Amino acid sequence: METVVVALVKIALMIGGLMTAAAYLVLLERWIAAWTQDRVGPNRVGIPLTKFKLFGLGQPLADGLKFIFKEENTPAQVDRGLFTIAPIVILTAALAIFAAIPFGSVLPKDLGIEGVEQPIQLCVAPAFDVGIIYVFALSSIAVYGVILGGWASNSKYSFLGGLRSSAQLIAYELPLGLGLLGVVLMSGSLRLENVIDQQASTGVWNMFLQPIGFVTFVVAAFAEAARLPFDLPECEQELVGGYHTEYAGMRLLMFLIAEFLHMVTAAFLIVILFFGGWHFWGLTGSSKDEVTWFEAIMRVLVLQGKVLAVIVFFMLARWSWPRFRFDQLMDLAWKVMLPLGLVNLAAVAVLVEFGWDKAENKLGFSPVWAMAAMWGIAIVAWTIAAIFTPLQTDNRPRLEAISE
Amino acid sequence: MRADDPNVKWIEEPKLGLTGKMYLPLLVQGLTTTARHLVGPKITVSFPEVRHQPGNPLIYRGVHRLNKDEHGRVKCVACFLCATACPAHCIDIIGVESPWPDREKYPESFTIDELRCIFCGMCEEACPVDAIELTSLYDLTGRSREEMIFDKEKLLSVFDMTKDAEPMKSIQYGGTL
Ligand code: SF4
Ligand code: SF4
Repeated sequence: METVVVALVKIALMIGGLMTAAAYLVLLERWIAAWTQDRVGPNRVGIPLTKFKLFGLGQPLADGLKFIFKEENTPAQVDRGLFTIAPIVILTAALAIFAAIPFGSVLPKDLGIEGVEQPIQLCVAPAFDVGIIYVFALSSIAVYGVILGGWASNSKYSFLGGLRSSAQLIAYELPLGLGLLGVVLMSGSLRLENVIDQQASTGVWNMFLQPIGFVTFVVAAFAEAARLPFDLPECEQELVGGYHTEYAGMRLLMFLIAEFLHMVTAAFLIVILFFGGWHFWGLTGSSKDEVTWFEAIMRVLVLQGKVLAVIVFFMLARWSWPRFRFDQLMDLAWKVMLPLGLVNLAAVAVLVEFGWDKAENKLGFSPVWAMAAMWGIAIVAWTIAAIFTPLQTDNRPRLEAISE
Repeated sequence: MRADDPNVKWIEEPKLGLTGKMYLPLLVQGLTTTARHLVGPKITVSFPEVRHQPGNPLIYRGVHRLNKDEHGRVKCVACFLCATACPAHCIDIIGVESPWPDREKYPESFTIDELRCIFCGMCEEACPVDAIELTSLYDLTGRSREEMIFDKEKLLSVFDMTKDAEPMKSIQYGGTL
């Protein structure tokens, strides 16, 4: 019984937090967009009917109200059922992912609540043995939403946009998986909590041990979340719309929220897999289940702080780098990121096979050497990839390709 | 477009060097540029509270005005040059015989549809007597479409409003008429 109550409380916390976060991330994104362009950004909407502006913090509320009153337009030619289902699929999948993602560590044992014996894990589905696979399975469901949206719109632009996006999402699943496999090999578990625990107990974040894995994962995560420089799914400035060209009102909002949630998922995964999750040297302790209240709170704050930092980086990237062209995007995935991911996997496998203390589940020797070796491999692999990179900037139609 | 269309000129792009292909130096470059602007001075003007000052009012193209001569009469001689030059066809003039001895015609009615105007400044270029000019007033709003059609009286009142801040553009060249 109490597990159900605890789970319900956690679900409410998670969904409420995520929806608020998504709304305020939109505001943050607009601010960062404004600041990088030397503008001030939204700062008007405060408490309604008063003069308090609160730096524009009321903006998400106003946006939400606007969406509620917006006309819900369904174009005549669409397949109504699928047209409505597509955003629901994509949003449900994006929300369900967070069941497996810890948003803190544990609460201390002496909680004082009747009937709760175990320390409460700050995760909707704690000790989920296939957590990582679950996260990946759900995040690839987004492809179905995209294809459905494009197909049901019954418009050639949406359809092509949907195909284009699904090609991109599928292509980047592979580097994403390869970047992740290194981490899984190292921690020997598919449980996200274990990945954090391993980094916490050794004090060495995976980012330092697996630089190539980190790079492939981050690049693929950007592409999966459809953020610049890989936002080909819509890229409103250049292409004639993406898969949600025909959408408006609430259904469009669902797509957009799902997109923001993907970014949050990606940030959480990057932090958990490569930046040590809730661990910070000297601040959060390293034990798995024994925490003081201070440590428990610090762990939540550290984790959220890291996630926020990664999200800010996501947003800064949007205004820093030019967008990839579609053929460049595909080249990058298949010809650069895939080989780099394989190199990482091989290097980690060798390290785990020969330098691992199986009983302790940590490096059998000084991690400094391992780090030096891995960074050496990273630099060499990166240079080779750069020299032989097939990325081309020339986009003229190639005659021989057409005449064949 | 055919791929071998001889009219299409393809530009050879410079080859990427190793640093370009390594991405990282360029990524850092882009990121530092962005980060610099994040904290740099802002150029936003919070409009109703702060009013933007156009750099040089003489070359700013805002709301029109009809200039008056030294007797307080409208300068326009109803030659229709501005209406002819206007690419948006938003100037409407009814010219009648002038009651004054120094010119033949004057505009009985002179309206500009500010909703259609694209503020290109062709009218002020075309006017032989510098009767029509664009001022640096820029907050042009109205509650109805009719309100945005400026008639002669309104255009002359804009002159009264702005003549001190912005002298007639022809004065520095000795003036006309
Ligand atoms: S500014 Fe251009 S568009 Fe406007 S009235 Fe003059 S000529 Fe016409
Ligand atoms: S060009 Fe000048 S003088 Fe001629 S009608 Fe227009 S405003 Fe009047």
